[in-house]
Amino acid sequence: MNEWLRATLPVAASEHAKDVDFFYIFLFYLSLFFFVIIGGLAVYFPIKYRLKPGEKRRSSHITDNFFLEMLWTVVPSLLTFVLFVWGFNTYVASFTVPNDAMEIHVRGRKWNWTFEYPDGMAGGGKLYVPLNKPIKLIMDSEDVLHAFFIPAMRIKQDVIPGRYVYMTFTPNLAGEFQIFCAEYCGKDHSGMLATLVVMTDAQYETFKTEGPPEYKQMNPVEIGTTIYKSRGCQSCHSLDGTRGDGPSFKGIWGKTEQFADGSSGVVDENYVRQSVLEPQAKVVKGFEPIMPTFQGSLRPVEINGIIAFIKSQKQ
Amino acid sequence: MADVIQQQVQTATISGHHEVDYLSDGNGIKDWLYTVDHKRIGIMYLILVLTAFLAGGLLAMAIRLELLTPARTIMDAETYNRVFTLHGAIMVFLFIIPSIPAALGNFVLPLMLGAKDVAFPRLNLASFYIYVLGACMMLGAILTGGVDTGWTFYTPYSTSTSGSVALTTMGVFVLGFSSIFTGINFIATIHKMRAPGMGWFEMPLFVWGMYSTAVIQVLATPVLGITMVLLVLERAFGIGIFDPRIGGDPVLFQHFFWFYSHPAVYIMILPGMAIISEVIPTFSHRTIFGYRGIAFSSVAIALVSFIVWGHHMFTSGQSQLINGVFSFLTFIVGIPSGIKVFNWVATMYQGRITLKAPMLFAISFLLLFTIGGLTGLFLGSLSVDIHLHDTYFVVAHFHYVMMGGTVIAFLAGLHYWWPKMFGRMYNEKLAALSCALIFVGFNVTFLTQFVLGSRGMPRRYYNYLDQFQPLHQFSTFGSWILGLGFFIMLGYLLASLRGPKNAPADPWGGTTMEWQALSPPITHNFSGTPVLTRAPYDYRNVPQGVDK
Repeated sequence: MNEWLRATLPVAASEHAKDVDFFYIFLFYLSLFFFVIIGGLAVYFPIKYRLKPGEKRRSSHITDNFFLEMLWTVVPSLLTFVLFVWGFNTYVASFTVPNDAMEIHVRGRKWNWTFEYPDGMAGGGKLYVPLNKPIKLIMDSEDVLHAFFIPAMRIKQDVIPGRYVYMTFTPNLAGEFQIFCAEYCGKDHSGMLATLVVMTDAQYETFKTEGPPEYKQMNPVEIGTTIYKSRGCQSCHSLDGTRGDGPSFKGIWGKTEQFADGSSGVVDENYVRQSVLEPQAKVVKGFEPIMPTFQGSLRPVEINGIIAFIKSQKQ
Repeated sequence: MADVIQQQVQTATISGHHEVDYLSDGNGIKDWLYTVDHKRIGIMYLILVLTAFLAGGLLAMAIRLELLTPARTIMDAETYNRVFTLHGAIMVFLFIIPSIPAALGNFVLPLMLGAKDVAFPRLNLASFYIYVLGACMMLGAILTGGVDTGWTFYTPYSTSTSGSVALTTMGVFVLGFSSIFTGINFIATIHKMRAPGMGWFEMPLFVWGMYSTAVIQVLATPVLGITMVLLVLERAFGIGIFDPRIGGDPVLFQHFFWFYSHPAVYIMILPGMAIISEVIPTFSHRTIFGYRGIAFSSVAIALVSFIVWGHHMFTSGQSQLINGVFSFLTFIVGIPSGIKVFNWVATMYQGRITLKAPMLFAISFLLLFTIGGLTGLFLGSLSVDIHLHDTYFVVAHFHYVMMGGTVIAFLAGLHYWWPKMFGRMYNEKLAALSCALIFVGFNVTFLTQFVLGSRGMPRRYYNYLDQFQPLHQFSTFGSWILGLGFFIMLGYLLASLRGPKNAPADPWGGTTMEWQALSPPITHNFSGTPVLTRAPYDYRNVPQGVDK
């Protein structure tokens, strides 16, 4: 029975998740107990006391019973008090952040999630964390309400514009786990998904220097595409020649550009690399110097990806 | 009021139909549209709330059909979002809230008190027309682009999305007044117009339920009105009360909204409970068990319902202490509902039970409402709620309470008072079949959704992961059984209206005063002023012959 019940819950990937499951299963049996009593009598009495054809009988005149009424007032009150204390304690524990927690910033926007790690690296779509390490997510939203929901951790928190909220968990199982947006946020609400990837320490160290494991299966252009979409490049640099807050990438590779300081230069590997790391150094004439630096937040493999990606955007 | 009745008496005398039943008392269009007869207003309300239920139900069927497969089945994401918003808004504001008080309550409450009408008949008619106006505004909103905010209108989404949010929220604002007017009317009627000899504890329990509901309607609805106005002002002028970019707090909206909408949950369920408190004693031919327990628990629910709104916001970022307080109060508000359920079950003990359609619906209610109540324990327990919040578990839970509870109770009441309202009996066998189909279809649809939610399926999702598909399909299959049940009901109820007026005054052996009136009642309800001679549900001196 318990195995069957666990199948109605997602995999549990933290101690807290196991605590919640235990409580859930307890609640299930408690509810089942009361349902059998109430539902059983609600079906049994109509059968037992049903007036049969031709039968003449009077009903009893029982208006109340002090003991019974006290019984079903006091017992449920005590039981619900137990539930309250149990639920409150496990809840408070699940929001208490251990001192050595690793802080990761989570940003929600219509309709994706991005993550910023303590070393300045960032990424979207997948949240990478080391196994058995307490994690504190510091979250906010760029537009409307969202909610960050990790079923495997049994935790959820609304993400609000203009305010930081947090949640915490300590994964004790390596693997990939689903993340949902659980607060309705419009058209692609159901597409606002992400994956939690729990890695061993060694895997996580590799992740920090070399990036996500899937980079190994990707060519530089694909890596560049991922960065272009997940790190905000696309909001200023179009791919179809449309003028945005920055030059379009369409056909820009190899072009000679006039810069704001009067000099000029060719868009090549060194220029792209410099523009990513020191964006104010050579601003194309006619554009505002508003691009933020990506110094320390893009790995070498990712910068190479960006270069390859821009190279691939032919006229 | 007196002049109104006087006027009616004169009309009746002149036309020579002093004792004519209310349905036959003038059938011109003006006789209906200008009527101040609580029974006619009740019938007009009934027609409109049933139409709203049909519309909301068809939208529900469309939602379930869309969810048959992930991604697109029959509509795109934007349409889906509008459809589930409309389903919620129609069901809550146009159907459930007015269903029992304004339609059935309007009809039977004065009869139960032995009164000729409600205290303010013109206010009653005004309430009806305000409802019509509100409904037209919502219809206008649908025609001018619809709304995709969900029925909860959460900011800042609702202040930034396109669509007819302003017209819809103003529609809700207007509908609120209709609800307040009904509430005021019932409070005054119950205080001042009880038959001679009827003290507070001789009132039928339906009246206690209506009284508690009316108190919430009058006290809570204005907060919804204010919230809706603020939302419109925010959208139109950017006054900065909810929008964080100009210093507002989007979570404040949720507090305002649920300060009304949680008590509103009890505006919806208390009338359902009130009906069950009538149907079970009548068909058990036995006195109610624990009259005072049931009466006071209605009042207790009405009072505590004002201080539990925060349990809709356990994940909203409010403080842990506040969450703890609301969790505690939420458990407290569950106790009186539990007391009622135990009392209803005990009422059947050593009864003389006849399983007519209203009783079948009442038993169905007991089973479904109990599941709804018990699953509330999961959601009241903080740590478990954090996992289940905003998932299909919540969707299933509130459908068990609102549909398994209120709608099933409404159907019990509709079948119980149908002969009184129209003077005609319906086909019992088809009613039993319909009740069974609805019971089975409902459980197939919504029991499944508890599992979906526990496994992590969030609500308001157009698309979903493949792993959820079998359960979604099973749930959709259930909605077809449910739809068939309602379709059959529509058939036999309409068919009954074509038959002869064959219903006796008291077809079920009821003891409350409405059964002393004819079926259908005369325009003035009773010939002369009825006097209360026995407490409700006292079956000791009722001849208990065979099969009534």
